[in-house]
Amino acid sequence: MLTAILSISLVGMLFGLGLGWAARRFRVDSDPVVDQVDAILPQTQCGQCNFPGCRPYAEAIASGEAPINQCPPGGEDGIRALADLLGVEPLPLNPDNGEEAAPAVALIDEQTCIGCTLCIQACPVDAIVGAPKLMHTVIAAECTGCDLCLPPCPVDCIDMVPRSPDEDSWSWPRPAAAGRR
Amino acid sequence: MESYLLILVSTVLANNFVLVRFLGLCPFMGVSGKFEGAVGMSVATMFVLTLSSMSSYLLNEYLLIPLGLEYLATLSFILVIAAVVQFTELLMRQTSPLLYRVLGIFLPLITSNCAVLGVALLNVQEQHNLLQSALYGFGASTGFGLVLISFSAMRERLADADVPIHFRGAPIALVTAGLMALAFMGFTGLARV
Repeated sequence: MLTAILSISLVGMLFGLGLGWAARRFRVDSDPVVDQVDAILPQTQCGQCNFPGCRPYAEAIASGEAPINQCPPGGEDGIRALADLLGVEPLPLNPDNGEEAAPAVALIDEQTCIGCTLCIQACPVDAIVGAPKLMHTVIAAECTGCDLCLPPCPVDCIDMVPRSPDEDSWSWPRPAAAGRR
Repeated sequence: MESYLLILVSTVLANNFVLVRFLGLCPFMGVSGKFEGAVGMSVATMFVLTLSSMSSYLLNEYLLIPLGLEYLATLSFILVIAAVVQFTELLMRQTSPLLYRVLGIFLPLITSNCAVLGVALLNVQEQHNLLQSALYGFGASTGFGLVLISFSAMRERLADADVPIHFRGAPIALVTAGLMALAFMGFTGLARV
């Protein structure tokens, strides 16, 4: 009994040590510039930049293959932050990629929804829950407002509504804005 | 020498782990959608299976048998397999990040591929020596790869084929797998180990 426990623990410990060594030996350093660019991008995964998500766009920016003005959800603030990070001049948003819009969230009209699951397949962040022939709904906290669920809907029951602030995203109005009122 | 050749022929064709013994069906259905993914999975499984079959033989021969702990074989083999898979994952992330992304969740799931544990346990049952164990593992994974790659090539063609609507997707894949298993029955009696 004791031999069994001891020997299995010992073997497990040896494997653990070996894997720890391998993890150090074969470590992959991810490019810090890509990580920083990715942190600035809004993570909507909307694809309006013509890349299949925020991370691929961040990789393209870091390698100099794409300009910094292709992200409508990030808007002017995002472009300015990218310009500061990379030390380049800020560019105006490329109109081919879309226009900057206020943060929105998808809302499914649950009376009209037929439960076809097409929007679930389109959602890049899995923010829609539902099952075939059953009503779907959007998890507002997860929704990035990317509009990708609108085209596939056969009954046009999804609307983009302005995101109302919740406990996490609400903040005091800025002093300048308050003074102007 | 002849027995080593027999082991190879037997595991690759006559006693193919997927189509005759029905082990490792999860990755067989899961990763066969794309040809590249199937090739990557076969290579990864080949590496894991050969390495884990050898190291579980060594563990069994030099630790479990001398201490009289044969009853712990399953537990300790799972430990070995998990460690080898983890090692493969680390290695692959460095050598081939693209393949790492293509395989995704199926790479750590090699751990639960029952063919891997099956080979380790059958090695003990059939009392193979080190070289035979290695060959048995290598042959099993070659057979797995052969079947997986040819199946994925067929599935890529099926994706373009005009399949009746109720058979699309998983049903036609399962029917194809069944037909392949029938074809592999033709190898029965080619080699007995």
